[in-house]
Amino acid sequence: MVKVSRLARLDVTPDEVQRITKQMAGMLEHFADIDALDLSDIEPMTQPYPLSNVFREDVVVTGLDREEVLANAPAAEDGRFRVPPIVGLDG
Amino acid sequence: MTTPANIHSNIPTTAAAIADGVRSGALKAVDVLEAHLAQIAAREGDIHAFNLVTADEARAAAARVDADVAAGRDPGVLAGVPIALKDNMCTRGIPTTCSSKILEGWRPPYDATVVQRLAAAGAVAIGKTNLDEFAMGSSTENSAFGVTFNPRDTSRVSGGSSGGSAAAVAAGFSPISIGSDTGGSIRQPAALCGVVGVKPTYGTVSRYGLVAYASSLDQMGPFSIDVRDSALVLEAISGHDPMDSTSIPQAPLSLQHVLSQGVEGLRVGRITDMPSGADPDVTARLEAAFDALKAAGAKIVDVEMPSMKYALTAYYLIAPAEASSNLARYDGVRYGLRVNTTDTNAMYSATRTAGFGEEVKRRIMLGTYALSAGYYDAYYGKALKVRRLISDDFARAYTKADVLLTPTSPIVAFPVGEKSDDPLAMYLCDIYTIPTNLAGHPAMSVPFGTGAHGLPVGVQILAPTLGEQVMFKVAASLERSMIAAGGAK
Amino acid sequence: MTAADNKTQGSEIQYDMSKNEIKVAPNDGSYLLDGYELVCGLEVHVELATATKLFSASANRFGDDPNTHIDPVTLGLPGALPVLNRQAVELAMRIGLALNCSVQPSTFHRKNYFYPDMPKAYQISQYDQPINVNGWLELPGGKRIGVERAHLEEDTGKSTHIGGTGGRIHGSDYSLIDFNRAGVPLVEIVGRPDIASPEEARQYVTELRQILVAVGASDAKMEEGSMRCDANVSVRKPGSPLGIRCEIKNVNSVRSLGRAIEYEARRQIVLLETGEKIRQETRHWDETDGRTHTLRSKEDADDYRYFLEPDLVPLNPDRAWIDAVRAALPMLPRERRLRLSHATGAPADGEAIMVVVERGQDDYVMSVGEAGADVARALVHVKEAFAEQGANPTVPAGDLAQMIIMETGGKLTSTQAKTVLAEIVANGGGDAVAIAATKGFEAMDNSALEAIVDQVIAEQAEAWSKYCGGEQKAMGALVGAIMKASQGKADGKAVTALLLAKKG
Repeated sequence: MVKVSRLARLDVTPDEVQRITKQMAGMLEHFADIDALDLSDIEPMTQPYPLSNVFREDVVVTGLDREEVLANAPAAEDGRFRVPPIVGLDG
Repeated sequence: MTTPANIHSNIPTTAAAIADGVRSGALKAVDVLEAHLAQIAAREGDIHAFNLVTADEARAAAARVDADVAAGRDPGVLAGVPIALKDNMCTRGIPTTCSSKILEGWRPPYDATVVQRLAAAGAVAIGKTNLDEFAMGSSTENSAFGVTFNPRDTSRVSGGSSGGSAAAVAAGFSPISIGSDTGGSIRQPAALCGVVGVKPTYGTVSRYGLVAYASSLDQMGPFSIDVRDSALVLEAISGHDPMDSTSIPQAPLSLQHVLSQGVEGLRVGRITDMPSGADPDVTARLEAAFDALKAAGAKIVDVEMPSMKYALTAYYLIAPAEASSNLARYDGVRYGLRVNTTDTNAMYSATRTAGFGEEVKRRIMLGTYALSAGYYDAYYGKALKVRRLISDDFARAYTKADVLLTPTSPIVAFPVGEKSDDPLAMYLCDIYTIPTNLAGHPAMSVPFGTGAHGLPVGVQILAPTLGEQVMFKVAASLERSMIAAGGAK
Repeated sequence: MTAADNKTQGSEIQYDMSKNEIKVAPNDGSYLLDGYELVCGLEVHVELATATKLFSASANRFGDDPNTHIDPVTLGLPGALPVLNRQAVELAMRIGLALNCSVQPSTFHRKNYFYPDMPKAYQISQYDQPINVNGWLELPGGKRIGVERAHLEEDTGKSTHIGGTGGRIHGSDYSLIDFNRAGVPLVEIVGRPDIASPEEARQYVTELRQILVAVGASDAKMEEGSMRCDANVSVRKPGSPLGIRCEIKNVNSVRSLGRAIEYEARRQIVLLETGEKIRQETRHWDETDGRTHTLRSKEDADDYRYFLEPDLVPLNPDRAWIDAVRAALPMLPRERRLRLSHATGAPADGEAIMVVVERGQDDYVMSVGEAGADVARALVHVKEAFAEQGANPTVPAGDLAQMIIMETGGKLTSTQAKTVLAEIVANGGGDAVAIAATKGFEAMDNSALEAIVDQVIAEQAEAWSKYCGGEQKAMGALVGAIMKASQGKADGKAVTALLLAKKG
């Protein structure tokens, strides 16, 4: 649960960990029904309507106004979004 | 009981009648708008359907419609029709919050496709309606901005997650509202508030500009007082959108012409092995609906849906998994809330912890878990296979039946606070609506009388992919039988 | 951190590059100690030369004001949805086909991780079903390096670190984010670990770059970041199982790539030879100190929670499309080298052909040949004199051809030819006959030359008889005297030929 909260970038208190773990256990208990099914030959279903090859032509369309966008930002400077120091070199 | 019919003395209650009046010049869009704003002023304090009423923008839009009519320009098929928008669809320059603190104050720099199409059709947007935060919930109690109460009984919930949109129509604030439905979020509140609510086929209405909860399940649709109005609105907002890769490349739906066609010879399916749990008052109304359709010439047939009982579990893995990814973008960098800290990683956690409510956090955690290394195959992967089983069940059922009939909700509107501490009990509210979202099929809820405490009961009509026409035929037939029986329209 | 980790860290610090400097001869792997062999695979990211981004219609342009090519999709705004750029798919297919890959049905996944320049907190990338699989790239010498896959994905934005020391991330006060690059289409080309030397790595990247430019998929400039290269490096004793590998990032030129691989291999060998363990990790190449440094260990790598992107649909190019892309592929560098080799007799992987094809001047050389000149001479002159000229030399092919015809016809000595050519190149063209005339390089026809030769033979009878007796030294004296008598206008080759003929 601690790993999950770290991955999700959510701070959870020990109380919340306990409560959520219990609730999740309740959900996962229901999952035992599914666990009993033989699903080996079943294709996973990811899209409700089967489409393929949906494209956009490579033509530039004027985008958003920078000032309008930065006006919505928590912090901006010099035409860019400002953030606290970045930790780690990932990415 | 207050019904929309007795609210505005000289203004028609339905969108179709308003649009006819405005288009012919018999009605002024500005007058229609003012009557509805007056109704909002009178009752919104008790109901809280809206996060925001955009009266000024609405007055300007209504004036433009009147100017179009005066100048002989086509004002559109929804000319002058006030419309309430669930506060999870982007409206340019107008705050869009998803009823979450994390998006409080955010003004989108663009309009959702549906918002554009409604405006192009002459509809007048009057405000943004309340919802369960990020559309996660079945009661509109999980809103950062307060509960939306049921106009039929303000001690009770309006359903959810599109509770504000359902309540807006039920309270006469607007003849039409738009909601989104991921696991029942249009149909269940429609049932609880006694209005019509439609979730069309996945891919029929563009999702561009709809703030995503679970992308492979989300679909927008209308609430209305009667069946025709929903048909009218769907005709205006459906049809291919190149901005949504999952949008089905086809013309807009054509529905109004089928409403009078009747149901003679149609096969209406009864699911014999449906998960039980509906209250007797609700079951009684479902039986009455079967009887009404039989009387109208339909054939009732039995179908089996052996995998339907797994739908809820599959849904509560698939939807949170997609949500955990969809909601990762609320990181405090580009928009919305930021809690300032010493570094970016701490900022993410502090911002997200402060900005999301408990139900949202719970689903993000559940979804993150279901996708994480070592658990994907056991949970998310299996849920996708169950989704296939359910879809296959439907495919078999639709070889025997043209439509299926179920309750929309197992219960009538429940008192505020009754289920808020018990997520599992809350999840069960969507037991009859969720399977359709997994399959991507259309479904709608039509009011069909009342149950316990005189509260409305909705009957759900399910149809196969792109089966909106047959679905609307059956809905119109049920509506006619209610009117014939003297029920409120 | 465990005690073992501390020791590893310690030994790394003790390891002193200057004391362990090993002379490395090019291309022979002699930097490897004690019979270790290098196992290296490269992952190359290239930005595609599309007009717009991979999933939205903002411009894909480098170097403009920050945040001027942004839209709801690029910024990951709520409600935004991606739509795939057809041209990006086409360019990815060109790359795949040029690398002998199979183009197959593919899908897009979400790779979930948080980083400020990653707007949605997930990257859309191809995961278990990439568009191109199982190809290869042939090095100029003929060795094939396998290409596991070449898949489509989107680029991130750019962070600038403010405060602290010199724009580095550590110790900065804050960062500024520009999303112009976010969503730019990338193809990641994942090579198999078939590379056995830094030289092969350099050749692979050089060849790959030429292929990418040839097919019009990318400008592939490592220095500008439109081509980025990560190296997976491990070492082992021949016949042993694969060693633990480290991934080297931040390599910004072909030269650095070779240096980084060489350094990393040595570092690993020294660790193994001193009984240390190699940790699987990502390492950062530092150009200034010539070393790699620990970036993060793979053990605490993020869990990316890949799942199928529900906002996109499968990509399944039909046979007709694939065939059309294949048919439209231009001639690739390897074919160009073979063509030139065939035309000139020079080796396909020799320096002249390698250089001329890399500069894109091989079509020019061929056209000089078509204008009637000797192609082999054209190759030599273009290689020597056209370094500044680029793929489309300003000198008309006919002008160079005329000069070469004079040279091979004996009307210009090779020294004179160079002088004339330098003038032609400097002026962006010119009439070789006229230039030769103004320089006083009059044509010396064979009869005039023969008269001088006869005269010198008569004057230098002793040297002549020695020459006829087989003393090669004597020839130098004769040639020198003939050149002097001709005031330098005689062609050395023609003189030698005449002397030989008269010797009988």
